[in-house]
Amino acid sequence: MAKKGDWVQVHNIVLTPEERSASLPEDTKKHPLEMWVKGWLQEDAELGDEVEIITRTGRHTTGKLVKEAPYFEHNFGVLVPEVLKIGDMVREITFGGNE
Amino acid sequence: MMDNSYSAIMARKNEIIRNSVGMDYTKFELPGIGFDYEAMMAATGYTLEELQRVQALFSVGNTPLIELKNLTTLARKCAKPGFGARIFIKDEATNPSGSFKARRSCTSVYQAKKQGYKGVVTATSGNYGAAVACHAAMAGLKCIVVQECYDSRGVGQPEIIEKARKCEALGAEVVQLTVGPELFSTVLRLIEETGYFNASLYTPFGIAGVETLGYEIAQQFRSKIGKDPDVVVCTNAGGGNLTGTARGLRKANCNAKVIGASVNLTGLHMASDEQFNKKSFTTGHTGFGVPFSVNPDRSDVPRSAARPLRYMDRYVTVTQGSVFFITETLASLEGLEKGPAGNTALAAAFRLAQDMPEDQCIVVQETEYTGAGKHINPQLSFARQNGIDIHFGDPKDEIPGKSIILPSHPSLIQVTDVDLDHVRRSNIKAQVGAHKDELTDADIRYLMEETNSSEEFVRGVVASL
Ligand SMILES: Cc1ncc(COP(=O)(O)O)c(C=O)c1O
Repeated sequence: MAKKGDWVQVHNIVLTPEERSASLPEDTKKHPLEMWVKGWLQEDAELGDEVEIITRTGRHTTGKLVKEAPYFEHNFGVLVPEVLKIGDMVREITFGGNE
Repeated sequence: MMDNSYSAIMARKNEIIRNSVGMDYTKFELPGIGFDYEAMMAATGYTLEELQRVQALFSVGNTPLIELKNLTTLARKCAKPGFGARIFIKDEATNPSGSFKARRSCTSVYQAKKQGYKGVVTATSGNYGAAVACHAAMAGLKCIVVQECYDSRGVGQPEIIEKARKCEALGAEVVQLTVGPELFSTVLRLIEETGYFNASLYTPFGIAGVETLGYEIAQQFRSKIGKDPDVVVCTNAGGGNLTGTARGLRKANCNAKVIGASVNLTGLHMASDEQFNKKSFTTGHTGFGVPFSVNPDRSDVPRSAARPLRYMDRYVTVTQGSVFFITETLASLEGLEKGPAGNTALAAAFRLAQDMPEDQCIVVQETEYTGAGKHINPQLSFARQNGIDIHFGDPKDEIPGKSIILPSHPSLIQVTDVDLDHVRRSNIKAQVGAHKDELTDADIRYLMEETNSSEEFVRGVVASL
C-alpha cells in the first residue's frame, strides 16, 4: 500500500501495437510503446491501481502504479577480467623492456 | 479535448515546433530544394565572442588540452620508424554535466530563458539530457528529458539509466519509453502540454555553441604548442559535434583536417526491440552517423543545423572492442578514466596517428564523464549477460550484436574508411527527391555546399538519378 505523498513510478501504454508507426521493424511492432514517469502520489493506492501523480516539474499525470519508492540500482557490473589484462598489456608494451 | 492520437499529434508537428523553438524556419527556405544555412546560423544573433560569454556564465568551456604522451609512445611502438603523431585530447568531461554537450545546451537554455519560456523539453538518452538538466537548474527553468530507455522486457541500457539518474539528480523530470521512433510524438505532446521550449539538439543555438570548442582548440594549440594541429578527430553521431567543431576551427582560420569517427554497428537496426540491448554503444555509432550524414533533416526541427557532410574531410569507423580497449588504455597509461562513447575518436586517432610523421599533431576533441552504468566494466558486463561473445582477438572479426573482440595487441586497432562519395550520392538523392527535372543552378550550388563537392560531381550524380 502506497500513501498519498509517497514518491512512486507509474506506467502507461502510449501506443498499442495497432496504433504504432507503420515503418517499424516487425519485432518492435509486436509490442506497445510503453512509458514510465515518477512523481508524488496524490491518493493512497495499491500497486496496479490507476493513480494520479505530480511530477518534478509540477505536471499532473496519471498511470498504473508500478513501483513504490523507486531507486537506481545500476552499478559497475561483475568482474570482466579482460579489462585487467588490457591494462597489464599496454603497460608492458609501453614501459616494459624489449626482451 | 485535443486529439492526442499519434497521427493527430504528428499532423500538428510544424505548428508545435514553430511555437517551441522561437524561430521561424520558413524564412530560410530558398525557392528550389535548398535553404540558406548561413542565414539560419546567423539568426541566433550571437557572435562567437558572445557565445563564449554566455558559456562563461554557465562555467562551460576553457577545458584542458592534454597531451597523451604515453599513448603516443604506444602508438609509435605500433608504427613505422619516424611515424606516430603526438596525440592530444580536449578534456570536455570537465564541463559541468560532464561532456561537450554542455556547450550545446547552455545556449539553448539561455535562449529559452531570454524568450520567457518557463521550462525546456528535450528528447535524448544521452549526455545532452544531463547538460540541459544542468543548465536548466542554473537558469531556474523546469526541465523534462524524454528517453528511449527500455526494451519490451523492461531491461534498460545501463548507460541510459545512468543518464536518467543524473538528470533526476539535477532536478529534471525524466520520461522513459520503450524502443521506437514514436518517442517524437511523446515529446511533441509534452511540449504542447507544458508550453516549454524545445531544446532540440539540432537548432542553430546548439550547434553554434559547439563552435567555441573548435575555436579553443586552435587557440590552445597556438599558445601551448606554437602551431596549429594537423588533424582533429570528432566522434560522430547526429553530426553536431563535428559540424560545430569544424565551424569553430574555420572561424579561427585553422586548416586542420576534420575526420569523423563512429563505432561500427552495421547490421543492427536502431528501431529494433530485440537488438536494442545488443549494442554496447548508445551514441557515436554508425546507426546515427551514417543516416544523419545522408539526410540531416531527419531530426526534430525542420532544418538541422548539424550538417557534417559539409565539413568532413574523411569518415572512419572503429569497432566496439577497439573503443573499449582504448578506454582502458587511457586509464592505464594516462590516468584518465572516461566514458567509452566519447573515446570513439580516440580509438581512431590512435590508429590515424600511426600514419602521420612524429612531428605532426592529432587532437581528439572531447572526453565524456564516466560512472556506474557508463563505464567499460558495466558495459562489457552487460554485453556478456546479453549473450555477446567477448574475447581477445583481431577486431576485424567482430560482428556487431554478436561479438566484441578486444584487440589482442594494440597494433591490431584499425580504422575503416566510409566511402564519402557514396554518402554524398545518397545525400544528393535524398535532397533532390522528385525534383530532378526542376533543378536550377542555385540548387546545384546548394548541393555542392551540402556535400562539399564539385559542380561536376553534383551534376554527374543528378544525371544518374
Ligand atoms: C560524448 C559524446 N560524443 C559524441 C557525440 C556525438 O555527437 P553528435 O551527435 O553531435 O554527432 C555524443 C552525442 O551523443 C556524445 O554524447
